[in-house]
Amino acid sequence: MAAIELSGVKKTYPGGIEVIHGLDLAIADGEMVVLVGPSGCGKSTLLRMIAGLETITDGTISIGGAVVNRREPAERDVAMVFQNYALYPHMTVRGNLEYGLRNRGTPRAEIDARVEAAARTLEIAPFLDRKPRQLSGGQRQRVAMGRAIVRQPKAFLFDEPLSNLDAKLRGQMRIEIRRLQRALGTTSVYVTHDQLEAMTLADRLVVMNGGHIEQVGKPTELYDRPASLFVAGFIGSPPMNLIDIETLRALTGAAFPPSLPVGTDIVGIRPDAIMMGPAGGGDISISGVVELIEPVGGESHLYVRVAGLDQAMVIVAQGRSVLSETGRLDFSLPVAALHPFSRATGKRLR
Amino acid sequence: MQTKRTIFPNRWLPYGLLAPQLAITLVFFIWPALQAVKSSFEREDPFGFKTTFIWFGNYAKLLADPLYLNSLWRTLIFAVLVTAIAMGVSLILAVAVNRLLRSGRVYTTLLVWPYAVAPVVAGILWWFMFNPSIGILSYLLGQLGVTWNHRVNADQAMILIVLAASWKQISYNFLFFVAGLQSVPASLSEAAAIDGAGPFKRFWTIVVPLLSPTTFFLLIVNINYAMFDTFGVIDATTSGGPAQSTNILVYKVYADGFLGLNIGSSAAQSVLLMLIVIILIVVQFRFVERRVQY
Repeated sequence: MAAIELSGVKKTYPGGIEVIHGLDLAIADGEMVVLVGPSGCGKSTLLRMIAGLETITDGTISIGGAVVNRREPAERDVAMVFQNYALYPHMTVRGNLEYGLRNRGTPRAEIDARVEAAARTLEIAPFLDRKPRQLSGGQRQRVAMGRAIVRQPKAFLFDEPLSNLDAKLRGQMRIEIRRLQRALGTTSVYVTHDQLEAMTLADRLVVMNGGHIEQVGKPTELYDRPASLFVAGFIGSPPMNLIDIETLRALTGAAFPPSLPVGTDIVGIRPDAIMMGPAGGGDISISGVVELIEPVGGESHLYVRVAGLDQAMVIVAQGRSVLSETGRLDFSLPVAALHPFSRATGKRLR
Repeated sequence: MQTKRTIFPNRWLPYGLLAPQLAITLVFFIWPALQAVKSSFEREDPFGFKTTFIWFGNYAKLLADPLYLNSLWRTLIFAVLVTAIAMGVSLILAVAVNRLLRSGRVYTTLLVWPYAVAPVVAGILWWFMFNPSIGILSYLLGQLGVTWNHRVNADQAMILIVLAASWKQISYNFLFFVAGLQSVPASLSEAAAIDGAGPFKRFWTIVVPLLSPTTFFLLIVNINYAMFDTFGVIDATTSGGPAQSTNILVYKVYADGFLGLNIGSSAAQSVLLMLIVIILIVVQFRFVERRVQY
């Protein structure tokens, strides 16, 4: 177990393409940090740099206080769970679990004890003598986890480990990973593009975009106070509605809400913060036509076309919607729930 | 794999389409092979006037013939060396090329060229380079104090044919090894690296086992190559000499039959050669193939 510290980390591929532009991040001992972002944002590259699978062009990465830039992956004492699991197909499950320990010259008795313990924790004991191809996707995923935990490394690195599983299993494994990480207290870096996975797993969430960090914080902080337009659009499902302030003013004829900071070009509002009904209690009243209703079970997502807005607004309505598509809908936005952004900088203003 | 089924309008059409290939196989392979089996039980007089059926006489004589047993021994040395060198060198080259990203393609193309060279030409090429009077390599060896003359030195003659035969086969093996290496996912090597295995350990414990189906296939192909296809190399370089030292089975079949005109013995030798290779392949499939599946 150890803290991980990245400072001024850059990655340039041969040919001069810079994919990570001077990135700073401190991960505390025992913390679970999730790197999330769209594909190509550099999150996987960053993880691979921590693992030692990619060289570090500039800056330093230290694990447990020691700079590891020049260390081989083996010497960094981290364990990684790959997207495709990367189980050794010619070895049994036991062989897969033992491989890292045998390479490090762990005594036989201890190897057996650790493998047994890991197999019990992950409930893969019945499969120890099978080959990976005889296992289902979920079982392979467990073996991949087992291979990481038997090593008792300083840190776990997860590279989209759940993306090859079906939705149900993914939810189940997500909870298990969280429980396991809490129980072991091992520092973890988890890469995903799935924002639900990111929100639920993270102690701290790192939103990346184009090789930069957009925002770092607790998942709820990021949800409540997204620091940029990018984070606002990325975190939360369905995503935040972003409306041009001029359009909004023209639409409602209302005066500029005095509580918004000067320079606000765009306001955002979460779909669940919008109040329904003509006298919904919000400050800015709008009406539109319901275009589509997505019943999700406990709640419904309404896509409402408002004259003057390019994109349909999304509203989350509790319970089953009694509205019909093509029906008219009046709703209102409480000013307190508006997120003010500047168009020029893309940053939050308050 | 899904097989494609084609429905022919005429039931004789498919047979008609197969006929040319079948005819060639029958006339040039099956019939001569049966002829050889028949001849192996016969003795022909030197002028071809009379043939006598002598049962296993040719075989009995062969197995008691020190020259034949010598040829068997020489073949064994030759086949083992050619297979080991051709596979070993090509694996090293394939691993080296597999590490390159862009220039790999160029090297692959260059390395495949020797395969297009006919065995006789390959033999002549090496024969020239090692020619005791005019060869560049024998000259260089002479500078190093090694007297090279494969016309009188049995070991040097063997080295020459092993080199020529291996050199030609490396291309073929190389292509298969490159393809095999490319099908080993990079993430396995990465996982092993994180699991604390150094480059050599990764190669031996991850890459080599995953390559084993390719290796097994090449082992069989190379043994067959060394046993049968190297005739041209030997005919063009040593002609089995000096003193029978490079007279491997396939060359002896030719030398005894077409030069010595002992048709019966030659036929018996070819049947034995065939049996040896069949046995080798059966043994490999029974005992080795089981281990290469994962």
